[in-house]
Amino acid sequence: MSDETRILTARWGKKDSHTLASYRADGGYAALEKALSMPQAAIVEEVKASNLRGRGGAGFATGLKWTFLPKDIRPRYLCVNADESEPGTFKDRYIIEHDPHMLIEGIAITCYALDIHLAYVYIRGEFPRQARVLEQALAEARAAGIIGKKILGKAEFDLEIHVHRGAGAYICGEESALMESLEGKKGYPRLKPPFPAVVGLWGKPTIINNVETLANVPWIVAHGGAAFAALGTGKSGGTRLFCVSGNVKRPGVYEKPVHYNLKKLILEDCGGTASGRPVKAVIPGGSSAPVLAASEIDVSLEFDALKAAGSMAGSGGVIVMDDSVCMVRVLSRIAKFYAEESCGQCTPCREGTPWMESLCEKIEHGHGVPGDADKLLDMANHIGGFTICALGDAAAMPVQSFVKKFKADFERHVAEHRCPFGDAAWGASQDSRDAVIGGMRA
Amino acid sequence: MPSHDPTEPGDWKDLPKDLVARFDADLAPVLQRYPPEHREAAMLPALRLGQELFGHASPAVQQLCAERLGTSAARAEEVATFYVMFHTRPNGRHLVEVCTNVSCCLAGSDRMVRELRRKLGVENGGTTADGRITLREVECLGSCGTAPAVLVDEEEMVERVTPAKLESLLGSLK
Repeated sequence: MSDETRILTARWGKKDSHTLASYRADGGYAALEKALSMPQAAIVEEVKASNLRGRGGAGFATGLKWTFLPKDIRPRYLCVNADESEPGTFKDRYIIEHDPHMLIEGIAITCYALDIHLAYVYIRGEFPRQARVLEQALAEARAAGIIGKKILGKAEFDLEIHVHRGAGAYICGEESALMESLEGKKGYPRLKPPFPAVVGLWGKPTIINNVETLANVPWIVAHGGAAFAALGTGKSGGTRLFCVSGNVKRPGVYEKPVHYNLKKLILEDCGGTASGRPVKAVIPGGSSAPVLAASEIDVSLEFDALKAAGSMAGSGGVIVMDDSVCMVRVLSRIAKFYAEESCGQCTPCREGTPWMESLCEKIEHGHGVPGDADKLLDMANHIGGFTICALGDAAAMPVQSFVKKFKADFERHVAEHRCPFGDAAWGASQDSRDAVIGGMRA
Repeated sequence: MPSHDPTEPGDWKDLPKDLVARFDADLAPVLQRYPPEHREAAMLPALRLGQELFGHASPAVQQLCAERLGTSAARAEEVATFYVMFHTRPNGRHLVEVCTNVSCCLAGSDRMVRELRRKLGVENGGTTADGRITLREVECLGSCGTAPAVLVDEEEMVERVTPAKLESLLGSLK
């Protein structure tokens, strides 16, 4: 039964689902109404009890994060992370496209619970349409008296929510770089501690949560934390949006319990590989997550379970590769991404990521020499853990896992002085399949 | 040919007066979004606005943003050169950006880029001789389920691109 519960995608695909009228007709903003009648601390308690964990990548307990705010410092800020840039991730954009008021309600409840009066939604620059949808929804909410002075017209509580558009930089999804960017600077991550909850935006206590995380808050308030926790398992509650792409028959966004089985998701929900060939590898949580070999995919997608399996749940971006795919080529592309997106602040990452990229390229094109795969590992080992932010680790983990699990692919390139998979293997056809976005075809 | 190097330091006072007036008018409501003591927070929206009005984020535009936000031109330059969506040099009339990250490549975007290069006669980052199109490979556009994806003029996301769709897209860009 719980397999069927849909919190975030329930209204996607409905006519005019992005409008206030439609949201209200489906009971929208009733949770905010309820929240305003609750003591603020009680809302935080419900979120703690819900076992909601951050959906942006780190999977940190949301309620616990909220309690890190120092008691007596004002103002406090909320930053909503809509920078969705992790390769393989495409869920927050759909929340904003199809149900922006759900996000706005989540933001309003969170701000009320935490005594925050100013919130910013940091949305990536490449999402102009989504930014417009959100601006429009905010304007509707403002005109209806839902946000602004005295939210919902009754509480003695003012709240302003603004959209801040990024301008093309993966690093700005990292919370401290996001704040730097919001302050009008280049996105250089800050040293932590102090954590943003203590010293954040303009030096003030700041909570930063992902879009999907906050979109769950109205449901938690409406149904109670325990009901949300019951949808999941152990310390992870609720459902989650899994974004499946790559060589699958039915790519798309699937809302499933947070501990759903990865193999089932790929073989049953997505209909297996598009080619009908066997699965070779799966990246389970965005390109930063260590890759899983086909033999390892019978695993729960829950944060701790995937961690125990040597990977991570990350942002929920599942990339599937069938056995025609060259793993050196995939790694080469991933390495290029991190080299491209390294902000340049820390030497190991700034210098190391292009080295990894060029060594991957060299092997892919058949110019590798014996020992190159180990050299690649050595480079990765000198980046991960040696940088200010997690981008260094994110760049190192794919390299470490690809080389470890698919060493034979690397060795064949070196031995045969060419890519044994041939050029055709990389996107064999330019085929474009319909995606299933939260139950509807897109 | 431009009569001067577009990256050469320029004075914002040399920018067309009417456009500067529009810039100021459009910037005013944006400034309302940030605490008055943190005006420089509006650097990203200001540069975007300047880029839209003046064609690209030239040094003069950077200087104008810095002046209006009460910060240094160095800060504006630092921001303008950090983010890939700010262009310190002029592009073609249209910007065609193809995602070549993993999911898009698994759906054939590498092939698409090769085809585009051949058709347009440009390399990555290049502009066609007639100044019509600038072609650029970009990182993940968040369209992996509906790959491959192309972003046109940083405004319109074209998803599930097929060779036929690409052909008609190119034809529609004048």
